[in-house]
Amino acid sequence: MESASALNVVPKLMAYRIAALVRFFVVRAWKSVAMTGNGSDRFDVVVVGGGPAGLAAAASAAECGVRVALVDDQVDFGGQVWRAQANDQQAPAVDWIRTLELAGVQLFRGTRVFDWGSGNVLRAEQGDQLCEIGYHKLILATGARERFLPFPGWTLPNVMGAGGLQALVKSGLVIKDKRVVIAGTGPLLLAVAAYVRQRGANLLLICEQAARAALARFTFGLLGHPKKVGQSLALLKATRGVRFVTESAIIAAHGTRVLEQVEISVAGKNEIIACDYLAAGFHLVPNTELPALVGCQLENGYVAVDEYQQTSKAGTYCAGEPTGIGGLELALMEGQIAGFAAAGHHRLAKKFFSRRNQLRRFASAMNRAFALREELRNHTLAETIVCRCEDVTYSQLQKHRSWRAAKLDTRCGMGPCQGRICGPATQFLLNWSLDAPRPPVWPAAVEHLGTSIEGPQPEYSRIVRSA
Amino acid sequence: MSRSYDVVIVGAGIVGAACAEECARRGLRVAIVEADFVASGATAAAMGHIVVMDDSEAQFALTRYSQQLWHARRSELPADVEFEQCGTIWVAPGEEEMVEARRKQAQFLERGVPAQLLTPEELERLEPKLRRGVAGGLLVPEDAVLYPPCAARFILDRAQMNGAKLFLGVPASRIRGGYVQLANGLELSGSTVVNAAGAAAPLLSPGLEVKKRKGHLVITDRYPGMVRHQLVELGYVASVHATSLDTVAFNVQPRKTGQVLIGSSRQYEVETKDVDHVILGRMLQRAAHFMPQLGRLSAIRVWTGFRAATADRLPLIGWDPSDQNVYVATGHEGLGITTSLGTAKLFVDELTGKIPQIPSAPYSPARISISVHAHA
Repeated sequence: MESASALNVVPKLMAYRIAALVRFFVVRAWKSVAMTGNGSDRFDVVVVGGGPAGLAAAASAAECGVRVALVDDQVDFGGQVWRAQANDQQAPAVDWIRTLELAGVQLFRGTRVFDWGSGNVLRAEQGDQLCEIGYHKLILATGARERFLPFPGWTLPNVMGAGGLQALVKSGLVIKDKRVVIAGTGPLLLAVAAYVRQRGANLLLICEQAARAALARFTFGLLGHPKKVGQSLALLKATRGVRFVTESAIIAAHGTRVLEQVEISVAGKNEIIACDYLAAGFHLVPNTELPALVGCQLENGYVAVDEYQQTSKAGTYCAGEPTGIGGLELALMEGQIAGFAAAGHHRLAKKFFSRRNQLRRFASAMNRAFALREELRNHTLAETIVCRCEDVTYSQLQKHRSWRAAKLDTRCGMGPCQGRICGPATQFLLNWSLDAPRPPVWPAAVEHLGTSIEGPQPEYSRIVRSA
Repeated sequence: MSRSYDVVIVGAGIVGAACAEECARRGLRVAIVEADFVASGATAAAMGHIVVMDDSEAQFALTRYSQQLWHARRSELPADVEFEQCGTIWVAPGEEEMVEARRKQAQFLERGVPAQLLTPEELERLEPKLRRGVAGGLLVPEDAVLYPPCAARFILDRAQMNGAKLFLGVPASRIRGGYVQLANGLELSGSTVVNAAGAAAPLLSPGLEVKKRKGHLVITDRYPGMVRHQLVELGYVASVHATSLDTVAFNVQPRKTGQVLIGSSRQYEVETKDVDHVILGRMLQRAAHFMPQLGRLSAIRVWTGFRAATADRLPLIGWDPSDQNVYVATGHEGLGITTSLGTAKLFVDELTGKIPQIPSAPYSPARISISVHAHA
C-alpha cells in the first residue's frame, strides 16, 4: 500500500541485513533442510505469508541459524505490495527473496495453509498435494485485504477494488487513456492513483470519504514523521492536477452491462461522472482467520501481541497488518522483531522496538483519519447485494440480529469466499461480530480435511440390524 | 412481571417451532422462548433429510407419519426451504447388505411405502459417481431433503401469523408446570410448558435421559449432478470395540444449489464444538470409499452439531413423569427435522384430548424412568 516508501526504507535495511548474513556464514556451517517439517523433521520457525512482514521475519530468523520455512499461497513472494516486483531484479522484494535463498530458508510457493493441528502442524495445499508443515515456532504474517462497502451497482463489471485495479494493471490490463475514478478511503487510493496515472490512465477524480478536517489533522501530524512527509509529497506530486474531493460517498455505479457512469455525492450534492473504471476500496481488513484458528486472541479485530510480537499463544508470533493496519515499513519492523524473537534472539529484536513504536503511532493516526464516517451506512440500499457469492441483499440481512443467524437464513457468507468480503461489510453496516473461524480457513480438497488413517479400520465392521 | 399463555414452549428449533405452529393453528395462546435465535441449535447443523426409518415399529410410525405431513405441505413451502423429493438410495456394498435391502423393501411395501430394489447396473445409471462393485441398493422415492434453518423459520413465521409470541435471545432458567422463568427475570405463565430444548433439555428437566451425540458435516462447492439422491450406506456402521463409541457412515446429500453435503459421524461424551480431525478423516475416507471423486471436491465449510440422543433411539414425546404440566419433546437424535411435524401433532392431540393418528405410548418419557426404576 505504500510502494513508494519501500524505495526509501529498503537500501539501509539491506545493508544491515547483508552484514548480518556475512556474520552468519562465518560462524555457521551450511546445513541442508529437509523438504517438509513432519515429526522430528519439523522446522524451528515457520512463517506464513510472504509479504514484507513475512519476508523480514523469515530472513531474520534464518540469520540466527535456525531452520526456517516460508509459506505463501502465491507462486511469487512479495505480498500484495511487492508481488509484481518479484521478477524485477532491482526491486526490494527480490533482494529479500535472494537473502532468504542464501540463508537456506525452505520456500513453499503456491502453498495455501487451510488448517492447523494441535501438534504444531500446518496443513496446506500445494496444487493437488497435501503438505503438512511442522514447526516449533510459528510466525503469522497473513497480511490484509481490501474492505468493500456495497453500493448499488458495485457488482457491475469494471467496478473493482482499488488494490484490485492496481493488481490487474500490474498483470497486464491496459489502462492508458481509460477514464478512471478512484473512490473510498485510505492511503491506498493515492498510491493506486499515482500508479495508474503513471501508466497513462485518464484519472478523473479521487473521491475520499474522510472529512477534510480529519485529513488536515493527520497531515499536520505527519510533521513528526519526516520520512512519511517525503512519501506523501511524492504521492501528491504524482497525482497533481487530479481533482481530489473529501467527505464524499459513492451513491451508485450505473451501466447496463458494464460500468458507464459513477454517481457520487460531494458536500451533499450528487454528481454523475462517465468513466471506464471505478476503483473503490475502503481501507484494509486484517486477515485474522488463520491466527484465530490457531488460537491467538484478537482485540478489536486485530491479533493481540506483546512487545516481541508474540501472540496470546506461546510460541506463535504475528507481524504486519493482522496486528494493526500500518503499512509496509511497520510490517518490516514487526517482521524482523518476530523473526529474531522466534529464533530466540531477543536482544536483536529489541533494536527495532523504537522505530516500530514510532510507526505504530503514525499508523493509529492514519487509521483515525481514515475511519469510516457513519454516514456511509446510508448508501447501501435495501435492494443492494451485500453477499455476491450468494446474491443476498441488504434488506434480507437487516431482518437478523447476528451474523450467524443471517448466514443460516440467507446463506450470506456461505459461498467460496467464506464471507471474506461480505463479513467485514456487515461488521460496518450492522455492527455484527463474525464467528470464530473453523477449519478449513480456505476451501480445500475433501480428502485433505481430516487426519488420514492408514491400514485396516476395525470400526467399520458392519452389523446387520437385529430383526 | 408475568404474562399468561395456554402453552409456553422452550426452544425454537424445528421441533419447538412445529409445536408452536400447531398450537397457534388450533387457537391456543402460545409463547415460544429461545436462548439464541430461531433454529440456532441442532436444527442449524442438521442435514435436513426427510426420511422413513425402520429400526423399530415406533420409529417407522413416526417417521412415515411425519414425512406424509411434509408432503402434504409441499405446495406452501417457500423456495428457500429447498424442499426436493430426491429420494434416498440405501447403498448395499455386499450380499449381506442386499439381504437387508430386501428385508427393508418388504417391510416398506407392506406398510405402503414405495421402495425399489436396484441392481448394480440400475444403481450405476442413477448414481454414476458411486464406485463400481457394490451389490446394489434400495431406492425409496418418497424421501426428500430440505434446508432446515429456513424450514424452521417458515414454520415459526406461520405460528406467529396465527398469534404465537416469540421471545428471542432470552434463555429459560427454570421451568415448571405453570410457568417458565427467563434469565432476564421475566416470568411466562402457561398451563402447559413444553421442553423442546434439544440436547439442553435435561438442564431444565433434570432426570431426562438425553445425551449429546456430536456430528460433523462437510459442504462442498457447487457440483451440479455429482450426486442425485440422498445416498446412505446400508447396514449399520457401529462399533464392537469398547474404545470406539465413535462411528461414521457414508451419507451424502445433493443440495438444490448443486453443493454436496457429506456426513456422517456420531460421537458420545464430547462437549466441545471443535472439529475433530480424526473422526472427520474417518468420515471422509468412508465417503470417498463409496464415491472416490468426492475426495477431490473442494470443501467450503465443516461444522459440528449436537443431536439429542436417547438410549433406545426413540424420541421423548409426552408428559414429564415428574411434572404432569410439562410436556417433553426432545431426543429426536438425527431425525428431528423429519419428525418435527409428527411430534407437534402428537403433542397438541394429547393436549386437547384428541386421539393421535399414531400410538403415542412408545415415545412416552415415562418408559425411560420406568426402566430406571426397574433397574433400581
